[in-house]
Amino acid sequence: MKTGLASKILKGDASAAAKLISEIEDETPGALEEMSRIYPHTGRAYIVGITGSPGAGKSTLTNNLIGLFREKKMTVGVVAIDPTSAFTGGAILGDRVRMQEHSADKGVFIRSLATRGWVGGLAKGALGAVHVMDALGKEIILVETVGSGQIEIDITRAADTTVIVLTPTAGDEIQMMKAGILEAADVFVINKVDKGGADLLRANLELMLSMKPHLPGEWQPDIVLTEAIYGKGTGELAAEILRHREFLVNSDGLEQRQKERVKLELMETVESYLKDFIREIDKGDYLKNLVDALSQGKTNPQSAAREITGRLARDLSRLQSSDRANRKAS
Amino acid sequence: MAPPKNKIKVLLAQFPLEAHSRGIITVAGMLKDAGMEVVLIGNELPERIIEAAIQEDADVVGISTYCGGELALGTDLMKVAEEKGIKDNTAFLLGGIFPPRNIPELEKIGFSGAFLSANKEEIVACIEKAITVKKGAG
Ligand SMILES: Nc1nc2c(ncn2[C@@H]2O[C@H](COP(=O)(O)OP(=O)(O)OP(=O)(O)O)[C@@H](O)[C@H]2O)c(=O)[nH]1
Ligand SMILES: [Mg+2]
Repeated sequence: MKTGLASKILKGDASAAAKLISEIEDETPGALEEMSRIYPHTGRAYIVGITGSPGAGKSTLTNNLIGLFREKKMTVGVVAIDPTSAFTGGAILGDRVRMQEHSADKGVFIRSLATRGWVGGLAKGALGAVHVMDALGKEIILVETVGSGQIEIDITRAADTTVIVLTPTAGDEIQMMKAGILEAADVFVINKVDKGGADLLRANLELMLSMKPHLPGEWQPDIVLTEAIYGKGTGELAAEILRHREFLVNSDGLEQRQKERVKLELMETVESYLKDFIREIDKGDYLKNLVDALSQGKTNPQSAAREITGRLARDLSRLQSSDRANRKAS
Repeated sequence: MAPPKNKIKVLLAQFPLEAHSRGIITVAGMLKDAGMEVVLIGNELPERIIEAAIQEDADVVGISTYCGGELALGTDLMKVAEEKGIKDNTAFLLGGIFPPRNIPELEKIGFSGAFLSANKEEIVACIEKAITVKKGAG
């Protein structure tokens, strides 16, 4: 019944896109198959990451950007991420409420995702959701990361343009220096300018940026001042994002970003295989027996670990040969 | 190889003009504690509620209502849901303050449950049951 999601998506079917994103999140067996069908049709969308501390105004800014890009006749996808509770596995996804005015616009597709245990600011299905929206024909995709205490770094590797949202009151500067985010940002936003203190933050930020060594021909991130709730400065932000895109297109930057993103995705996929494997060996008596043997001094950690990686190698080669058999059969 | 998760996703909304958000916030917290993913969209017209439910691939749409009009707006909601093809595989619930005599009518137009007051266990049980019915049929 669910077959054919990919071909529906390529025809622009939003509800098929929504279903496939769920399947990616749930890691259904069919999801990989459908993804491999849409993959050749991806790589066209421009990806913008929006990150910053909790409550900095990321969703409100995203809402503004949707409207501004729509005015430029671009179609827009949004992936809005909020954290999953580590205690209950549940989540409150509250970003969308700020973007609802675009909900009935056929040129806009918004999807909220919970992190489901992912760290680094993205959600489990986030990159997959980006691909789906890309295949659906969305030209620009805005990814709002989870607003955790840390400014999130993964998005900088997944996006073409990374926007970092700061506020005068949050005292984000030190945190930024620690996180090495200065190097990663393509555009800085100081939001909530109406609250005062923006000039000081801007001065500090400029100082930090001037201390950073830079090569000729390198992109120089600008600082845009906004009041997102009043729609002030947001036009400049949209223009700055497009200026950065222009810059990447005219250098080899875009290709580099794409490579970085593909690598991130590849490594995360491999990692998720490994995590599945670890979960799997923890199920029966296999791991328990090894631990018992260890605690009784019958073996040592190195040998036990070698036994486990040996099993991983055997499992993988079994998987590969069944893959080969499947390919022959089809 | 991957463990099945199939988390329940609930979209919570209020019809326009509803001012009370306490109810919806309380319910959102309950559902989160029950391990569900809850999308909040605030006050909305039926068309935008359904559009959001499609994009979010919600299993459940929950409406909070305190200031009347639930029958008319509920009927609209169901009409749009039917047109957009999600009525049969999405569970619709309604909670808040409304005349109890409207409950049979609300159920008739397609709500799987209508609560005047309910505790967490009741709501969670109702959601789970409604989903089983809907997905089983779909
Ligand atoms: N005073 C003022 N408030 C703002 C401004 N922009 C956003 N806000 C308010 O700040 C609060 C948080 O805004 P959001 O857009 O939800 O912030 P966020 O970064 O998406 O928050 P999380 O996703 O929860 O991390 C809301 O109450 C907004 O109305 C602004 O320019 N000035
Ligand atoms: Mg937000």
